[in-house]
Amino acid sequence: MTRVLATTLPLAGADSIGIAGERAICDRRGVLYFPELRLLTVSDLHLEKGSSLARRGTLIPPYDTGATLLRLQAVIADYQPAIVISLGDSFHDGGGAARMHSSFRERLEGLMAGRDWFWVAGNHDPDAPADLPGETVRELAIGALVFRHEPSAVRVEGEISGHLHPCARIVQQGRSVRRRCFAGDGGRMIMPAFGAYTGSLNVLDRAYAGLFRRETLMAYMLGAERIFAISRSMLRPG
Amino acid sequence: MTEQPRLAEQNAAVHLPEPFLKWFAEKGWSPRAHQIELLAIAQAGQSVLLIAPTGAGKTLAGFLPSLTELAGRPRRRPGQARRGIHTLYISPLKALAVDIERNLGKPVEEIGLPVTIETRTGDTPAHKRQRQKLTPPDILLTTPEQLALLIAAPDAGRFFEDLHYVVLDELHSLVTSKRGHLLSLGLARLRSFVPGLQTIGLSATVAEPDELRRWLVSQNPPGGMAELIVVTGGAKPEISILDSEERVPWAGHSARYATPEIYGEIKRHKTTLLFVNTRSQAELLFQELWRVNEDTLPIALHHGSLDVAQRRRVEKAMGENTLRAIVATSTLDLGIDWGDVDLVVHVGAPKGASRLAQRIGRANHRMDEPSKAILIPANRFEVLECRAALDANYLGAQDTPPLVNGGLDVLAQHVLGCACGAPFLADTLFEEVRTAAPYTSLDRPTFDRVIDFVATGGYALKNYERYARIRLNKDGLWRVSNPRIAQQYRLNVGTIIEVPALNVRYVQAGSKGSASRGGRVLGKIEEAFLETLTHGDTFMFAGKVLRFEGIRENECFVSNAPGSDAKVPYYGGGKFPLSTYLAEQVRIMLDDPQRWKKLPEQVADWLRFQADKSVLPKRDDLLIETFPRGNRHYLVAYPFEGRLAHQTLGMLLTRRLDRAGARPLGFVATDYALAIWSLADMGRMFRAKKPSLAALFDQDMLGDDLEAWLAGSWLLKRTFRNCALISGLIEKRHPGQEKSGRQVIVSTDLIYDVLRSHEPDHILLQATRADAATGLLDVSRLAEMLSRIQGRIVHKHLEQISPLAVPIMLEIGKMPVHGEADDTLLMDAATLVEEAMGTQ
Repeated sequence: MTRVLATTLPLAGADSIGIAGERAICDRRGVLYFPELRLLTVSDLHLEKGSSLARRGTLIPPYDTGATLLRLQAVIADYQPAIVISLGDSFHDGGGAARMHSSFRERLEGLMAGRDWFWVAGNHDPDAPADLPGETVRELAIGALVFRHEPSAVRVEGEISGHLHPCARIVQQGRSVRRRCFAGDGGRMIMPAFGAYTGSLNVLDRAYAGLFRRETLMAYMLGAERIFAISRSMLRPG
Repeated sequence: MTEQPRLAEQNAAVHLPEPFLKWFAEKGWSPRAHQIELLAIAQAGQSVLLIAPTGAGKTLAGFLPSLTELAGRPRRRPGQARRGIHTLYISPLKALAVDIERNLGKPVEEIGLPVTIETRTGDTPAHKRQRQKLTPPDILLTTPEQLALLIAAPDAGRFFEDLHYVVLDELHSLVTSKRGHLLSLGLARLRSFVPGLQTIGLSATVAEPDELRRWLVSQNPPGGMAELIVVTGGAKPEISILDSEERVPWAGHSARYATPEIYGEIKRHKTTLLFVNTRSQAELLFQELWRVNEDTLPIALHHGSLDVAQRRRVEKAMGENTLRAIVATSTLDLGIDWGDVDLVVHVGAPKGASRLAQRIGRANHRMDEPSKAILIPANRFEVLECRAALDANYLGAQDTPPLVNGGLDVLAQHVLGCACGAPFLADTLFEEVRTAAPYTSLDRPTFDRVIDFVATGGYALKNYERYARIRLNKDGLWRVSNPRIAQQYRLNVGTIIEVPALNVRYVQAGSKGSASRGGRVLGKIEEAFLETLTHGDTFMFAGKVLRFEGIRENECFVSNAPGSDAKVPYYGGGKFPLSTYLAEQVRIMLDDPQRWKKLPEQVADWLRFQADKSVLPKRDDLLIETFPRGNRHYLVAYPFEGRLAHQTLGMLLTRRLDRAGARPLGFVATDYALAIWSLADMGRMFRAKKPSLAALFDQDMLGDDLEAWLAGSWLLKRTFRNCALISGLIEKRHPGQEKSGRQVIVSTDLIYDVLRSHEPDHILLQATRADAATGLLDVSRLAEMLSRIQGRIVHKHLEQISPLAVPIMLEIGKMPVHGEADDTLLMDAATLVEEAMGTQ
């Protein structure tokens, strides 16, 4: 594995954390960047979710793919990663890539050019996206890290996954604040969903049972300007 | 009052069949003048609006034309084609339809009429609905939503071909909402099926009867009106304001101080109906009454969040006259008959003179006996408001809201419904829609955009052509593209959007709901409130103090709390804002010391004290006080324009003050006043004219500032959600679907964000902004106020808080401070974590 000593300071509003000994930057926009690896990972893009619902008569605005790609473009411009891993459910369904508007396809191909791009297979998109470059993999191991879509039931140190769309909720001064978040316990990390139309599921939900060490679970909640690291004791279900 | 000569004239022309005359005679009654007059108008083929107080025999009047016509109809011979519905009755409440079925059934049976009457509501079983389609009753009693469903059925035209009359009950309450818009479009459709269709509107007194008269008939030609009958009078109600021995509090909404006196009144009367404005007030009053209920009188609680079975039990007990008192919110507002109420107690200010008149109408449901009512102001400003409302009721003043233009989201729903019924020509439907009063000013380009929206979402990016819900065929007709669309439509019809709510279920204390699931369901509470609770918190609901145990899926688990004090107050914040009319009355009263004589001594003293320490605003002036307190500087304004307008004003002023360098920290708004606090000395800034108050309150704040603030506001997101659901952009959640989890449903907030940044002029955003401006923000009222006070701002810079400012200052800390700065809360939490973990 090539180690590139590029900029290692987190950008404004990002937090530097350790996962299985690797240093990572939690960006408030919902991506994770490993500076030593020049590796950017993003999860659950759910591209073409709008058109996927439109097929069934729910005609929500067809701008989600464009909006998601614009945000991704900004992140990639900031970090200039050598490697990008899209952690699964990159498209909302198997036909998503084929339905994509030509202007969006061009934008995506522009982002992919000049870097290694991995499509991790997800439950929504188990197969390689139609007519797009990049390598489709079940999972990917890089150094001490393992990248896969669904978190495995047994604890794996250094696992980076998505699928669950974590969010966290706190109550302060009688008001409730819910935000997407990274959920990690120092050993494994579950990424927030990045797509414009993706909802989220509270990290205290049963779906996460047994995935984390309770004592060290932290939610890195996405704020408008920065990441907020909140420990489990402050979190509320629902 | 109806004029006698005209009545006599019509009496001669009217045809009241023999069996009816006999029935009236047997009962020892004679038909009332307005009943005969209405019959004459209907028999002359005209539509009519009947405005009458409760107890005037409105229902019978409304049905007489149908009943007399049906009585004279020859019997159907075997083999003859079945006859369709003759009369459609539409009411805003399911319960009202059921009630009418009972009340109408009696005379029909006694007169011996061969008339079938049936209800059709959301509760009607599918097999009965199916049967009604095949063999319809003569009179169908139903709701606006059911009408929408009926006209979206493929055979709608045939189903309604025999229709003569549509009777619209409680019309005044129907027309002001989106339900009214949908209903007006439904009526337009019915008129196209049956051109000679007659409507009969029944209404309580309203400010502008002509608006309703136009609403009832086709607006082609424009300006057409139904005939009008007004029944005035009835005995004047005896209304008083409780002159309490106790001290009337400065602020708050509980009226707890008056509990023993209210209890005394309950003991002195047979049945007392106690009205409050919000559910939380109802819960609190109920608790307080039972605390002093030494005689264990049967006192019950009734509000819309309680479990249906529980509500039905209370209603039944009420009908059987076994209750001595019932604490209720607006669920009982409309004209349902409930036993022998001889006293109405109104706790808290009624917020509108018309609402007060409606509620007082509940007592002594006979027109010729006076109703008796007592108003209980919860705080000092409410004393002024009650006094104003009382004077208004005696004057017969009306302040029902003016009608607004029909919503485009509702129109979208209707267009899809029409397509589900039968293919349509855009030209024809456009003309039809414009015959409905709320849509007369609709222009063709907007209509075409609505059709485009229904078809493909109406987006600038033409990506969904292949998924179109309706398609334009070669013959120029729009058709639904597949039968599944019609199915979807049926599940989503209507304009009532339920706030996400969870069932409240009993479990054993400490069980967190995991083990026992057998407890009773007490009702439903909004998710937003439950989200602020933590395990062990106590709150009031269903007349009990409950302990919050936890949330599991779509249920909230609670147990009985050991003590009797609820820790977490539920802030329902007066549901209705103060009406413009009452606000003006209050300002006039403040300006006229002569009228203070009618106020309780302690309240009059309070005003005198204010005149002494500061000043009382003249009726058209805006008083602004500034004073320091603690290490903050306060600005208190007294526009008396209602909470919504004040909230909007507060948002806009804080933006401007921030720009001017005043460093504002927050604000609270009540119906009467607005308080803003800041770090800088605003009083000094105003005196140095940096900025001047005139500039600060300039009308231009409704331009860019409003736009900028609105764009990211949660208020607009909430409004967008309603528009998205009503227009059919997304589907409503149905019972049983909740479990599918958050990650499956696309939240309307996310859709809003995406749409706003990519197509800010989309028709649904246009509809959202229009809605927010009239509803949540009360922009028009704010605009009127800002223009009224130009050159009339009175600034008092004080050393300390004034008597008039005390009530709103007491609200600070009790009311949620509105703002968008959720990140500050996150910051607080993150800092706590950092402190605790010693990383700082």
